[in-house]
Amino acid sequence: MLTLTCPYCGVAADETELQAGGEAHLKRFGPGASDDEFEGYLFVRENPKGVHFERWRHAYGCGKWFLAARCTVTLEVFGTYPAQSKEPPAHIRKAITAKRPGWTWREFA
Amino acid sequence: MSEPVSALMGRVAAGAVTVRDEGLAGMITLRGDLATAKLRTACKHATGLALPAPGKITGNAAKGLAWMSPDELLVLVPHAGAGAVADQMAQTLAGTHHLAANVSDARALISVAGPHAREVLAKVSPVDMHPGSFAAGDFRRSRIGQVAGAFWIDADEVIRVICFRSQADYVFTLLAKSAEDGAVGFLG
Ligand SMILES: [Zn+2]
Repeated sequence: MLTLTCPYCGVAADETELQAGGEAHLKRFGPGASDDEFEGYLFVRENPKGVHFERWRHAYGCGKWFLAARCTVTLEVFGTYPAQSKEPPAHIRKAITAKRPGWTWREFA
Repeated sequence: MSEPVSALMGRVAAGAVTVRDEGLAGMITLRGDLATAKLRTACKHATGLALPAPGKITGNAAKGLAWMSPDELLVLVPHAGAGAVADQMAQTLAGTHHLAANVSDARALISVAGPHAREVLAKVSPVDMHPGSFAAGDFRRSRIGQVAGAFWIDADEVIRVICFRSQADYVFTLLAKSAEDGAVGFLG
């Protein structure tokens, strides 16, 4: 069972209180973008064995969206942070590096 | 005029832990910037209470303020005057981005009281009901069985559960069954 701490409530929310929202940090490519960029935005997703970034909603709690960094192999959670973050904050990256030295995910490391 | 009635019409499931329909309760959904003086004033006028901290409730079912999210409070007032209170809050908040909606008739209020009341909830929700984790003044929005619900516990260990009116029968039946099945003995 996955437990994620909602950054808004501070509640350690059980998976059944949450709604999964797919991959985090998707970059929107709009008018003027190439077909490849738009296809990437719509369809191309990471499917890592290890460090991953996801969107979650505290659906049965405060109702807010947030982002989570976790490991898809061990279900270890490195941290959660507000949905408004354009990239993983420094303290989250640091926490991942401490556990998974040399990790990369899309353009982040 | 038709008489307002609660969804559960005063149902009671008596036992070691008694589950009881608390009848009509006034509830106002208040959304806005919780940091503003105007909003604090509106809440003070409505209930006489200070704003609760995140995850907390101040007051009680008759006059209370419960923290729902970073931009939402649930205002608890007597049922009869809830519409007028909501209107007055909207007046106080005029000119600021807000919502003050009387949702009283869309909700139900149920109490769970007795020696293993905590376990009755623990069996049907993911909330850690241990006294060290959930104490008087704490307020949780969570899941109750298959539906959304919110609850808090008072100093007398009485738990009050809020759910949607349309799901009141489900929540009451679930809580009554959980109570009837007896104590697990983990939380005492
Ligand atoms: Zn939350």
